[in-house]
Amino acid sequence: MAINWFKYSAPTTFYGLAGKLIPLFAIPAVVLFAVGLYIGFFVAPTDYQQGEFYRIIFIHVPASILSMFLYLVMAGYAALGLIFKTRLSAMMATAIAPTGALFAVISLWTGALWGKPMWGAWWVWDARLTSELILLFLYLGYIALHASIDDPKRADRASALLAIVGSVNVPIIYFSVKWWNTLHQGSTIKFSGTSMHVAMQQAMFITLLACWFYAIAVVLARVRSIILERERHTTWINELPEVK
Amino acid sequence: MFSLLVLVIRRDLVLAMRRRADVLTTLIFFVMVVSLFPLGVGPEMEMLRKMAPGVLWVAALLSSMLSLVRLFSADYIDGTLEQMMLSPQSLSMLVLGKMVAHWMVSGLPLVLMAPVLGLQFDMSAQALGVLIIGLLLGTPVLSMVGAIGAGLTLGLRGGGVLLSLLVLPLCIPVLIFGAGAVDAATSGLAVSPHLSLLGALMLLALAFTPWVTAQALRISME
Repeated sequence: MAINWFKYSAPTTFYGLAGKLIPLFAIPAVVLFAVGLYIGFFVAPTDYQQGEFYRIIFIHVPASILSMFLYLVMAGYAALGLIFKTRLSAMMATAIAPTGALFAVISLWTGALWGKPMWGAWWVWDARLTSELILLFLYLGYIALHASIDDPKRADRASALLAIVGSVNVPIIYFSVKWWNTLHQGSTIKFSGTSMHVAMQQAMFITLLACWFYAIAVVLARVRSIILERERHTTWINELPEVK
Repeated sequence: MFSLLVLVIRRDLVLAMRRRADVLTTLIFFVMVVSLFPLGVGPEMEMLRKMAPGVLWVAALLSSMLSLVRLFSADYIDGTLEQMMLSPQSLSMLVLGKMVAHWMVSGLPLVLMAPVLGLQFDMSAQALGVLIIGLLLGTPVLSMVGAIGAGLTLGLRGGGVLLSLLVLPLCIPVLIFGAGAVDAATSGLAVSPHLSLLGALMLLALAFTPWVTAQALRISME
């Protein structure tokens, strides 16, 4: 049987698919958040060095990971849209940006809450904090550029180019800031193994999954709104039961 | 191809000379921003000497943003840019010519002015030398990376502020290494790593930004 891989690359078909997928991701996200935070707050042991304060990592680490990962996904969709001129890819990139920016803000915010008791300061000019802040600036630049161009086609293509330039620049920025100053503790989870307690690991991976599912569900919901907005002049939109 | 480059540079320089006020405002802005800092933080020489590299670099960054808005806008408004894009010549090369001219008009004066301002901050001769080399390597990167932003924001309302918003985060490495080189010089460390990295950034920008800017212009002119 020949599978048509491109069937869902059209907004017309994807709109329905996205609608069906949203609950499949939204419900697990809620469940996983509940389970992950329960393990994180009640099961995981107190850290011998950081006391109870460390528990913010169950929010902080997933948010940081996703803020960086989503930028790459966004740039990937932007590149697809720019190369193949597929409308849906550009819409996806646009839909991802606010969620990525939100995770960057959460990451910075929770980091500040953790930094006050640990380092004695809400903010320090450390490499990771600074590059996370710059990542937030890149997201905001993307959103601002997209918002200030009226023609959606040009907006998609211009902001796509910016996202790609940004993603090329991210490693350069990261290393320049890293050499400039480093205070943040190194990664505890390495490929060679970890020094973390099992319950902490479990909680963190579960909340990471939860954030991931949340991001997918929200992006799909947002892309549906974008499709409705962009295609509002077409007949298929006007024939949708929710529009009628 | 080389003659095209020279032609574009000469044309842009002549245009800039006809509108000298534009060039001067950028330079005056640079001098003013730098002079505001001692008024803001106080006249203690010890602190000013420490701040000098950062202040000069940030001011250079801001004033180059100011002039970037004009990089393509005049040619865009009178239709020259459209003709350039229709011409059979390589658009990347044309863009490179405009970048070089932009740097000669807005970057080079800053480099020449910086040592005078550095003296206001009581910088040592050695630090001033490193500052100049750093600026010589770094300001072209600002012009080149900024050109991408200028291409993307062509003809948009509020283009100037938007341009800064897009370009400033991308210019952070230049700022870090440029100011870092002077810091290293004053504290007796080796300056060559910083300067090498600045040079690497310049070569990287030279290789890719003309093409990316050409793509940005194509998107904006569609």
